[in-house]
Amino acid sequence: MTFGTDMMTSNTTGDTLLKVEHLSMKFGGLMAINDLSFEARRGEITALIGPNGAGKTTVFNCITGFYKPTMGMITLRQRDGKEHLLERLNDFEITKSAKVARTFQNIRLFSGLTVLENLLVAQHNALMKASGYTILGLLGLPAYRNAAKAAIDKASYWLEKAELIDRADDPAGDLPYGAQRRLEIARAMCTGPELLCLDEPAAGLNPRESAALNTLLYAIRDEGVSILLIEHDMSVVMEISDHVVVLEYGQKISDGTPDHVKNDPKVIAAYLGVEDDEVEEVIAVELEGGDH
Amino acid sequence: MNAASETGSTNIMSKALREAAFAGAIAFGMFLLFVGIETYQDIDNRLVWRTRWGLLAIFVIIAAVGRFVTVGFIRPHIDRRKLAKAKSGVLEISEEKGFFHRHFLKIALIALLIYPPMSVMLFGPQGSLKYVDNFGIQILIYVMLAWGLNIVVGLAGLLDLGYVAFYAVGAYSYALLSSYFGLSFWVLLPLAGILAAMWGVILGFPVLRLRGDYLAIVTLAFGEIIRLVLLNWTDVTKGTFGISGIAKASVFGIWSFNVGAPDYFPKALGLATSSAWYKIFLFYVILALCMLTAYVTIRLRRMPIGRAWEALREDEIACRSLGINTVTTKLTAFATGAMFGGFAGSFFATRQGFVSPESFVFLESAVILAIVVLGGMGSLTGIAIAAVVMVGGTELLREMEFLKLIFGPDFTPELYRMLLFGLAMIIVMLFKPRGFVGSRQPTAFLKQRKAVSGSFTKEGHG
Repeated sequence: MTFGTDMMTSNTTGDTLLKVEHLSMKFGGLMAINDLSFEARRGEITALIGPNGAGKTTVFNCITGFYKPTMGMITLRQRDGKEHLLERLNDFEITKSAKVARTFQNIRLFSGLTVLENLLVAQHNALMKASGYTILGLLGLPAYRNAAKAAIDKASYWLEKAELIDRADDPAGDLPYGAQRRLEIARAMCTGPELLCLDEPAAGLNPRESAALNTLLYAIRDEGVSILLIEHDMSVVMEISDHVVVLEYGQKISDGTPDHVKNDPKVIAAYLGVEDDEVEEVIAVELEGGDH
Repeated sequence: MNAASETGSTNIMSKALREAAFAGAIAFGMFLLFVGIETYQDIDNRLVWRTRWGLLAIFVIIAAVGRFVTVGFIRPHIDRRKLAKAKSGVLEISEEKGFFHRHFLKIALIALLIYPPMSVMLFGPQGSLKYVDNFGIQILIYVMLAWGLNIVVGLAGLLDLGYVAFYAVGAYSYALLSSYFGLSFWVLLPLAGILAAMWGVILGFPVLRLRGDYLAIVTLAFGEIIRLVLLNWTDVTKGTFGISGIAKASVFGIWSFNVGAPDYFPKALGLATSSAWYKIFLFYVILALCMLTAYVTIRLRRMPIGRAWEALREDEIACRSLGINTVTTKLTAFATGAMFGGFAGSFFATRQGFVSPESFVFLESAVILAIVVLGGMGSLTGIAIAAVVMVGGTELLREMEFLKLIFGPDFTPELYRMLLFGLAMIIVMLFKPRGFVGSRQPTAFLKQRKAVSGSFTKEGHG
């Protein structure tokens, strides 16, 4: 039973899904992103890492339409070959037509709605069409009733995956932190995306919650949905990502497999700095931790 | 054990005495100038003052004794009862509800349906006028207005302080189109709704980017603009004179309520000529309109658009990240809410037979909003109860003739309407900060429908 998206076909694996070219974003005099280019491939988990203030979240906001980039082109190539220029679309259109979903660094759930309702809101556009833009649904036609039932099935499919099915009827604000993170990801998946952008999904999670998150991310990748994620926790990045892009001061300093990036002297310099011994030690331990 | 409880009770008594003295002192400070001193005009029209120490003493004593009793007796009693309950293991919140609670809506609807015939039976056709018109219709108009505003404020979380503008648009649409073109109520009712919805969209467009306080101020201004246009466009609206002689509603164009007309409705039923029958008819019309509002609201909440409204109230940015077009979502909320305001307005015009800009002042918006907030934002039942309490309560004040025996023949209870209104609001908000019905019913459930506590829902930021 696959509700999310159809299983990927082998010939599309490794295709370029998202192509960011010469992206720049200026806030007044501050150059938050400077001529950044990278690619995310279909069926892969791409990680965007970098020290604090490197511009990772800004890149995310440009891709998902919350910021309009000063310069550059962001192309999304869908499975059926359709191309979207994301910098020209409104934020809601990027989710609606280009099929890019996102989560937020500080969780943004509809806390007064139940867990199930959160997932139903995410299926707004599909249900809107099924309800004949409300008018047919208001008359109580069976077409909408069936669509509503299918929407609940899709929601429970993702609740199962996120291990939240037992709490489906509780208010979202009542969930513990780790569960809220997973719910936000499940909610994004209910929009039926091809690319899922996660802004620090592991922030503040304990090791058990972190493991549950990884399981969920693998499940999403196995559905054929590509993931672009920002992460601080090196062990998570090194463990799950297929491809890592490293940013510093809004510029790309390295790009490649986790192993390649880990041994890149530029990355080590960026993370370790040159003088500060204490930071050096901490990061070194973190990088070590990524090995197993 | 005994000694311990004794010292405990002396502790409580000394604490109660202390707090009573403190409350008395505060009351003295607060009421010294308001109550202790009175200004009046003597025969020479001079403003002079005299003291009312006795009355001031009564105020202070009430405050002190009230505090003493609360702290010394009522609170320990409540605590003891809670403790006893906790010890016996009975949960404070029991899931079992009484028969009345479970069937509240059905009982309320049946009571409303038999209300006019009952009052005719009890008080005769002429005597029932007061109950059907002053209480019944008046309250139901406010129920409908509050339910309409609830869509904008309670569901979508957009604070609208100018809702009365749509009420005015509806009322004037009916008044003008019926007097200039002679169209009937049943044609103009939907038309008034559509026109009001159109104005809802017109208001919605410029305020889309505003949130919170800014939105509230602009909607307030919009309400005033509509009123001022009605006041000053004298060629069409006759300004302050208002439009009088508005046609009565007919029974779907088959019978009329014009006394002496050949198709006079009561004659068709063989009833005596009385204006009460028209009011009873109107009562059922507004009841049907209220039911329509409730039905549409309940249905819409289970539709994607209704869920999007509630999601918008919770978090607008998250809505956009899920592909929801917040512009159209907000506009539909404004339009739907305005449409019901327009229905209520055209009903108001046909009921009064007269409209003037004075009926659509800001105070009306404030009262409607107060009803929505008191009822518990988003809850239809709570809002209906709040409307009964607020509107019915103020109507009831007119009936309080006996108060004259206590406060003297000069006492006119209606004048204290707003004072009591404010007092009631403060009391309700102290004990029920989320309104009468603070919890929210989910629109869908997997296994079990559980109400969402009001502490999780947000009020919206615009």
